[in-house]
Amino acid sequence: MGWKRKDLLGMQDLETAEITDVLDTAVSMKEIASREIKKVPTLRGKTVVNLFYEASTRTRTSFEIAGKWLSADVINFSASGSSAEKGESLLDTAKNIEAMSPDVVVVRHKAAGAPALLARHLRCGVVNAGDGLHEHPTQALLDLMTIREKKGHLEGLNVAIVGDITHSRVARSDIHGMRKMGITVTVAGPPTLIPSQCQELGVKVSHRLEEAIAHADVIMMLRLQHERMQGGFIPSIREYSRVWGLTLARLSHCRPDVLIMHPGPVNRGVELSPEVADSKYSVILEQVSNGVAVRMAVLYLLAGSKGA
Amino acid sequence: MSLLIRNGRVVDPAGGVDAVQDVWITEGRIHRVGRGLKAPAGTETIDATGKVVCPGFIDMHVHLREPGFEYKETIASGTRAAAAGGFTAVACMANTFPVNDNRAVTDYILARAKVEGVVRVYPIGAVTRNLEGRQLAELAEQAEAGCVAFSDDGQCVMNAELYRRAMEYALPFGTPIISHAEDCDLARGRAMHEGFVSTELGLSGQPSAAEEVMVARDIVLAELTGAHLHVAHISTAGAVRLVREAKARGVRVTTEVTPHHLVLTDEAVRGYDPNTKMAPPLRTKRDVEACLEALADGTIDCVATDHAPHALSEKEDEFTEAANGVVGLETAVPLLLDRLVRPGVIDLPTLVTRLSTAPARLLNLPGGSLASGAAADVTILDLERPWTIDPGTFRSRSRNTPFAGFTGTGAPWMTLVAGVAVTP
Repeated sequence: MGWKRKDLLGMQDLETAEITDVLDTAVSMKEIASREIKKVPTLRGKTVVNLFYEASTRTRTSFEIAGKWLSADVINFSASGSSAEKGESLLDTAKNIEAMSPDVVVVRHKAAGAPALLARHLRCGVVNAGDGLHEHPTQALLDLMTIREKKGHLEGLNVAIVGDITHSRVARSDIHGMRKMGITVTVAGPPTLIPSQCQELGVKVSHRLEEAIAHADVIMMLRLQHERMQGGFIPSIREYSRVWGLTLARLSHCRPDVLIMHPGPVNRGVELSPEVADSKYSVILEQVSNGVAVRMAVLYLLAGSKGA
Repeated sequence: MSLLIRNGRVVDPAGGVDAVQDVWITEGRIHRVGRGLKAPAGTETIDATGKVVCPGFIDMHVHLREPGFEYKETIASGTRAAAAGGFTAVACMANTFPVNDNRAVTDYILARAKVEGVVRVYPIGAVTRNLEGRQLAELAEQAEAGCVAFSDDGQCVMNAELYRRAMEYALPFGTPIISHAEDCDLARGRAMHEGFVSTELGLSGQPSAAEEVMVARDIVLAELTGAHLHVAHISTAGAVRLVREAKARGVRVTTEVTPHHLVLTDEAVRGYDPNTKMAPPLRTKRDVEACLEALADGTIDCVATDHAPHALSEKEDEFTEAANGVVGLETAVPLLLDRLVRPGVIDLPTLVTRLSTAPARLLNLPGGSLASGAAADVTILDLERPWTIDPGTFRSRSRNTPFAGFTGTGAPWMTLVAGVAVTP
């Protein structure tokens, strides 16, 4: 099928066939990364603006490399030192950027719905690189790519997502994407970190780590933000780590071919013990590599496959 | 000055009237209501054949924004919006700048209303100084100056001891204490209702409990003090249940609901339109059904709009950053007629009671009835008039409505204050 969307705002909007389209495109993009000269002319003359209102190293760098390997001109615009600090509204900033005729704007923002607001007002493509607690679709796509690469398929797998589900846009995007691809998803964490009526998203909810991971093909561990203690969500990092941290001892009861994933950055010793993070089960760095391929695919589909 | 409104269907619940009659007005007051009245030659007449003639509607919860926020609304523009929407009187909340927590501001509002207002304006005074929840405002002087109720609307007075004292202190004035029931800790920073929709949208939600724990507390305090508690903008099934139960026990509690909480659910927030953001937030279908049932059975006494104008720049923003509130004066009556009366959820006399008789009674205002001698504040409705909501036509200075593009049938036709038709 041909890609028809102007924007990529969330996994919830995507059809199964579109997800497969991105993943297949990403596989061919990954081949470029293995070449000695990592550059193709596909997006030459196209401009990609990274509009980041929230700190990010990995995602911004990943989009930047993706754009550069495709020969796009990539401009990084971060909120610090920009008009955002002078009180310009998001929409005004975006309209100013649009006046410079970019082809794709990649936006990260702390407010859920901010990319949707931009997409409504801008003629160019908008990619959501994470909006508040809402979605982070390219993360879900790279997770799916990594799982498919390692397991050979997606349909019928069991994935456990463990940790702070409430405050995780990765969890929301993963849930939507995985369910569309036929994966059974279990989310697990203390009840304070499981969002309201979560099971209506079509997932199982567990409040016990051992139960959630027992039959999992993939365990996705989420980062615990240290400020969660202030909101009264957990009493202490220490207790969280003891109850919810993944250790080799706990892994010994899991499937021998289980994959450990993490959207990064990892709190070593909190949600993952260092031994687990560096173990043969861990595919955390493959996720990062696949992230570039997936973002190349997304930029290509939004900016390159039309009018070419 | 004499005026005869002829041949309309007169709906006056206070007088038990629902029949085709004439309304004869002299000197700004209702002179007589009856069939085939013979007014002296030269009396101006309005042919209301096919229309509905009611006691003037009173919106007991609006924000006129003046003084201090005239870029959002003024007393002139807000009262014109009221007249266009079929309201003959409004009660305006205290969160102006400066706050209406003293006689000088109350005097100012009343003076401006006298010069520029086209409907009656009744100020509501702050309960605490500067709405800070620390120290009582000068309630006696404000009552004397003309405040008809007291409220820190927009803020919840979290200190139960202080709220108890406010209720006690206000007892001699006969003014209700209007509670913005929203536990600050449960609600802080949470832009919508907590439930499945908030989970999907990734917006932090506030649970119904944020409202219900405060309604429960305030009912208990009203019981302790004997005060008249009025719960503003009730929105949850649980809060409705608490009020119903308290009324059954004889506690002096009344409540109001907004049109948007009767017509929309949290599903409307999908799309992140900041015009669906308000406090309390849009709730679930179950809550809407409970509010409709309570409106029909009288547990909910009034409909009030919580008309909350905001400039476009304050609303065209990230959902989490956008200001709370929507305008309501010019959309309330059409929506209520089309969505509630037309399908028979409530009948027309009940709606008139909720919009006129009840708010007049509970704020001790003139109006709310077409009895001889009453102020000739009259709202005339055209139940057959089709409408499409177009914010571009609003008299309000602001356009923040979630109802743009809504269509329906039945709207206000004419608004008379003290016997004079108001041109909005």
